[in-house]
Amino acid sequence: MRIAVLQFPGSNADWDALHAARDVLGADAYYVFHKDTDLRHPDAVLVPGGFSYGDYLRPGAIAGYSPIAAALRAFDGPILGICNGFQILTELGLLPGALARNAHLRFECRFVHVRTEAEGPFTRGMRGRVLRVPIAHADGRYHCDDETLRRLEAEGRVAFRYCARDGHLPADTADTEDGLPINPNGSRAHIAGIYDARFRILGMMPHPERACETILGSDDGLSLFASLRRHLEAQ
Amino acid sequence: MKATVYVTLKEEVLDPQGDAVRRALRALGFEDVEGVRVGKLIEIELSAEDTAQARDELSQMCAKLLANPVIEDFRFEVG
Repeated sequence: MRIAVLQFPGSNADWDALHAARDVLGADAYYVFHKDTDLRHPDAVLVPGGFSYGDYLRPGAIAGYSPIAAALRAFDGPILGICNGFQILTELGLLPGALARNAHLRFECRFVHVRTEAEGPFTRGMRGRVLRVPIAHADGRYHCDDETLRRLEAEGRVAFRYCARDGHLPADTADTEDGLPINPNGSRAHIAGIYDARFRILGMMPHPERACETILGSDDGLSLFASLRRHLEAQ
Repeated sequence: MKATVYVTLKEEVLDPQGDAVRRALRALGFEDVEGVRVGKLIEIELSAEDTAQARDELSQMCAKLLANPVIEDFRFEVG
């Protein structure tokens, strides 16, 4: 199982993604630099978190025009974009919507709970499962127009929604648990992650790769990588 | 030729930065401030001498990179 981890100038969760894929999952994981034009035949691609190109202009905007972007567009296997990776995938047009500045303007760095709502290569057999995973972002407010939201809901493409510990959704974006907003950034419909129309590409703001070992406070994120392994082995 | 590009959040997109600036201005005593929207101004130097060609290029620049059509609007001035 070969997993490519993209590296842009300013990526900072690339090590975490490589560690989760290589050391925890046991995959043959390797970096692909943004100036490369060849993904070197991976079975799956991880687009990691960070601040590619310093978030200049908009988070993920410039990364969408780096040399590796064409290979990413051409790749036909599972792609997971985490945090800045999610922002990059929306800027590339591979996922709908955009990630805007957090509603309260704060950089949010803490554990949150998300409810799994869609099945796909990264979430097989996980529907309904609540995951405790960390977030670390200032621009994570998922926004899309009404028509896009209707389509996402109708096609069951909302992969994760921010929720309370017991899995219930917040009444509104101001709803709190333990004194903190359950929806940490004001995302529309409490969306934390979405699949593309073919359920091949997943973008999410929380960091599952930072929650793959109990020593890190949670190993709930490992379920995504274990699902990917099952998906690839079944092919 | 110099172009000035203005990129602003679409009207229906919440602008928390603008809201923070509005509150700060009111705290400074500018109580008639009812709303603030924060956007970006981008200055571009072009070697093109034909204004029509420059406008065409600028439209493409905005659509492809300078603005995100999901959440932002743009307009520009040339010359």
